[in-house]
Amino acid sequence: MNAWIAYWNILKKDIRNYYLKPPNISWGIIFPLSWTLMQFIRTPQAGAAEAKQLLPGLMSMSVLFGTTSMLAVTITFERRGRSFDRLLLAPISITAMVLAKISGAVLFGVVMAFLPALLAAFITDLSGISWGMGIISVLLMSITSTLLGLAIAVSSKEVFEAQTYSNFFRFPMLFLSGLFIPIDNLPVFLQPISYCLPLTYGVDILNKAITNTGIMNVWFDCLVLIGISILLFCFCLWNIKKKWIL
Amino acid sequence: MLKIIPSKQNLPAKDRKTKNGERFIMSIISVTGLKKAYGAIIAVDGISLDIEKGQIFGLLGPNGAGKTTTINMLTGLARPTAGKIFVDGIDGIKNIKKVQRIIGIVPDESNLYDEMDGFDNLCFCASLYGIKKAEREKRANKLLEIFGLKNTGKRPFRAYSKGMRRKLTIAAGIIHHPEILFLDEPTTGIDVESARQIRSLILDMKRQGTTVFLTTHYIEEAERLCDTVAFIVDGKIIKKGTIDELMENEGNEHILKLTLEGSVNGIISDLQLNFPNFRIKPGGNNSCFISSVERPSLLPILQYLDKKGISVYEAREIRPSLEDVFVKVTGIEAAELKREKEGVRK
Repeated sequence: MNAWIAYWNILKKDIRNYYLKPPNISWGIIFPLSWTLMQFIRTPQAGAAEAKQLLPGLMSMSVLFGTTSMLAVTITFERRGRSFDRLLLAPISITAMVLAKISGAVLFGVVMAFLPALLAAFITDLSGISWGMGIISVLLMSITSTLLGLAIAVSSKEVFEAQTYSNFFRFPMLFLSGLFIPIDNLPVFLQPISYCLPLTYGVDILNKAITNTGIMNVWFDCLVLIGISILLFCFCLWNIKKKWIL
Repeated sequence: MLKIIPSKQNLPAKDRKTKNGERFIMSIISVTGLKKAYGAIIAVDGISLDIEKGQIFGLLGPNGAGKTTTINMLTGLARPTAGKIFVDGIDGIKNIKKVQRIIGIVPDESNLYDEMDGFDNLCFCASLYGIKKAEREKRANKLLEIFGLKNTGKRPFRAYSKGMRRKLTIAAGIIHHPEILFLDEPTTGIDVESARQIRSLILDMKRQGTTVFLTTHYIEEAERLCDTVAFIVDGKIIKKGTIDELMENEGNEHILKLTLEGSVNGIISDLQLNFPNFRIKPGGNNSCFISSVERPSLLPILQYLDKKGISVYEAREIRPSLEDVFVKVTGIEAAELKREKEGVRK
């Protein structure tokens, strides 16, 4: 029971101190909004009709950018200010502490993912979307992206280093995960890389949920994302114990 | 005969006597052969310590001597390369999370959250120990009052002065009522008044039964607060004991200071000739120092000076300070130690 009190308060503190700050919320709104506007400017007539087609990509992008950078930056920031030591010195297991830290980022990612959907609801008909599948997809993408952010945080000493590493992973994923360019349309030599990226599987579920155009089995997508999450979680725990408890 | 033995959880933490009448005192922290190496660099080199329950223990040493590394190993922030740690009978290497339940840590630099106010910082720290909301709010309010921070409890931590930050960090370290408190340089770089309040709080904690493990470079502070101290240099404990033991064993020279009515010029060599067993040196302002391994007897000296018609204004025995012992044992000047630390902070 005691560990739950600690878990809940770490989560609450992170949400209040980092995730509910106006710059972070505005980042989550401005980013998808600007992409949607860009689409309208490019093809004004097709804009509304294509909004639904764009939605899986925008939602995935919001999750990816929201979660990876947030956790990587906040943890590196806390490490540098030594406030993170307070968590390491508390009598809660490192697993519980890591779960509390990632929960905030996962929640943030889920909320950010549905902001584009909320905006799209004003300009296009969103009926026929499988919201249950969409939520599962967003949740799994949030978890894997958050853990990727944590893996970056564990490997970084400075905030700028964490940001650089985040971009190193995020930008290739933008173009190779089927967000805006279908994987089949990519050059053949890039396609195997696409299947190594966790976001590919999240986008595939979202495509199935929103536009019914997924290319793989949804259960397979889910299993791959769960598997990657477990691997990343174990890697982060091992690395935290190795790097942060000197 | 007094011996300190490591405590075991199944033994009561109080004085015990053996059949042959030896008195044992339970040690709450027991460290044996503790070593920490970072590659080829050895930060702590096989130290052994036993700290008695309810005492204030001071670890003194220059920068880079291994004080903070020792604290980090005892509290779970660093993994020892070799050695054993027992805290209140709990294996501090295998069960560090159990140890962390009964210890409080105040690092050398405040590590609270800048974005949160004083009250929220304290409540958050209490929550990490599983304390429920009503209780943690009650404790936070009480501590803010004790530490004189009641009026600034709603101010963000970043707006606190250095002394206030230090006090709040100490409050955060004790909000869960730890049995042992680790304080790393608690008064370094803060104003005189705050330092005085912190020293007084440390003594209060001792009176309430908390064991305090303190590192400081202010030797006079250690002398005033600590029951036992250890000197650490280059990762090795080179001397340890109670303040009295260290003074008695190391400060083994008795010094007498005489202040005369007139000038001491010419009298020093005369005194030295007549009292060859003593070492006599001139001091400032018509004074001289008479030192010897045996306690100097004052009467013959006073009689001799009286015969010469020299009046003695004051005669005083000078007790060696812990600083004298530290300098003698380590060869490091205390002032140099202080300068070094302050310089690093700047």
